Amino acid sequence: MSTFRQKIEQGTFVITAEVAPPKGVDVTAALATVRSLAGIDAVNVTDNQGANMRMSPLALASLLLREGVEPILQLTCRDRNRMALQSDLLGAAALGVTNLLLISGDHPGFGDHPQARAVFDLDSVQLLQTVGRLNSGEDLSGAKLTGVPQFFTGAAMTPEAEPFELIFQKYRKKVEAGAQFFQTQAVYDLTRMEHFMAAARPLGRPVLLGVLLLRSAGMARFLNAHIPGVRVGAALIERLAAAQNPLDEGVAIAREQVAYARDHCQGVHLMTLGHEDRIPAILR
Amino acid sequence: MIISEQKSQTELLVQLTEKEHIFLIGCAACATACKVGGEEEVFQMQEWLQSLGKEVTGSVVIDEACHIMRAGRDLRHHKVAVAAADALLVLACGAGIQSISACSEKRVVGGLNSLFLGNIRRLGQFEEKCSLCGECILNETAGICPVTICAKGLLNGPCGGVEDGKCETDRELDCAWHLIYERLKVQGRSGVFARTVEPKNWGKKFKPGRHENKK
Ligand code: SF4
Ligand code: SF4
Repeated sequence: MSTFRQKIEQGTFVITAEVAPPKGVDVTAALATVRSLAGIDAVNVTDNQGANMRMSPLALASLLLREGVEPILQLTCRDRNRMALQSDLLGAAALGVTNLLLISGDHPGFGDHPQARAVFDLDSVQLLQTVGRLNSGEDLSGAKLTGVPQFFTGAAMTPEAEPFELIFQKYRKKVEAGAQFFQTQAVYDLTRMEHFMAAARPLGRPVLLGVLLLRSAGMARFLNAHIPGVRVGAALIERLAAAQNPLDEGVAIAREQVAYARDHCQGVHLMTLGHEDRIPAILR
Repeated sequence: MIISEQKSQTELLVQLTEKEHIFLIGCAACATACKVGGEEEVFQMQEWLQSLGKEVTGSVVIDEACHIMRAGRDLRHHKVAVAAADALLVLACGAGIQSISACSEKRVVGGLNSLFLGNIRRLGQFEEKCSLCGECILNETAGICPVTICAKGLLNGPCGGVEDGKCETDRELDCAWHLIYERLKVQGRSGVFARTVEPKNWGKKFKPGRHENKK
């Protein structure tokens, strides 16, 4: 069983980070990033993130395992139909990659192959159900599998998206469909996070708070304008704008989020976008 | 109705290279409403072809070009002009074009790109609301189709891209799931939110579709 899973199931506070597979076949930089991560329990490997074509996350996830780093394989519904998803999942299990984060995925229109056909044969809830079926020893058609995988299945949530009731019904469906843990989108308004946690706690699933390191006021404004469900409040933007060293201020903000998570969530998911060297400072 | 647009003149010129005698075919139904293949557009096409020095041997606007038998009958009525042509230029949707290729072995040149099955919002403004998926979920989704109006065709609620009720793919477009949620709320029912929708049976959308009226 994965250590990440054991820790979550024992109620230990966990820390995850993420790495993107390369555009190409040279994994040196990606592996160097991963090796430099200190104090991290597991690393998400993104799946054609932002709908930009990159190396298969399954390949990089299995290379991470060789490095002794526990991967969380992200799988989107954008590029593969239910057959391809299931066969990749079986392959993942055979390679020892068992932690998953299952998401819908950005629309191809955003990425570097805007002419690609969008698949979305399953949605994220149905993909969670599919993994549940595989874990029970059969595929979506009901056929028995040789050997039964033991996936530990995560799902995503955007706590600040509106209307909350609509967003939360999907959270509920994901729990019912078998999500065993959640990683959230970046949340900067901790009152809003608490509002979400109050609704989520009774459903009993561990939640890892998304912490996206802010580099500057400009980045914060960009997130507000372009990333759905991410809202950096005026006070934080003010702090970043006034700071001598905005990145240090961003680290300080991230530390406050981590402090909240230590009290109210079961972990954090750190998104540091090239500033992995700041992770120890964020966690201190 | 089927929404289509005209192909560019550049593309048509390539298709009509060395075709000097052309018979023109329009459609009185959808292509007329879209203003791409009615009497008027057939006439404009004729003028353009003539300005290029090509001969238009004749033309016809078929009542419904998607009706294979009717298209065949109309072509037979113009037997001589059709026989004199070395290409049939069809200003109808992809279905209409294929009614013609089903009735004639002549070179058929399609003049339109077919876009979608569309509703008419107002004159000349069309919206796609149904993608003919073969397994209709509208009764549970307050009469708003997530298969079509959601850019990802999600069946269990919105993705993380919804913002201010708009879709991540285009901030001008409403998020289908936001619309469904609001309408069900007005109706005081939970509808599709009451259950987890199973993976869709795309086997119902087997290509090519075949159907016969059951009486
Ligand atoms: S669910 Fe949507 S696409 Fe399918 S038949 Fe109904 S309206 Fe058309
Ligand atoms: S924002 Fe709404 S309509 Fe757009 S892809 Fe997401 S769920 Fe579908």
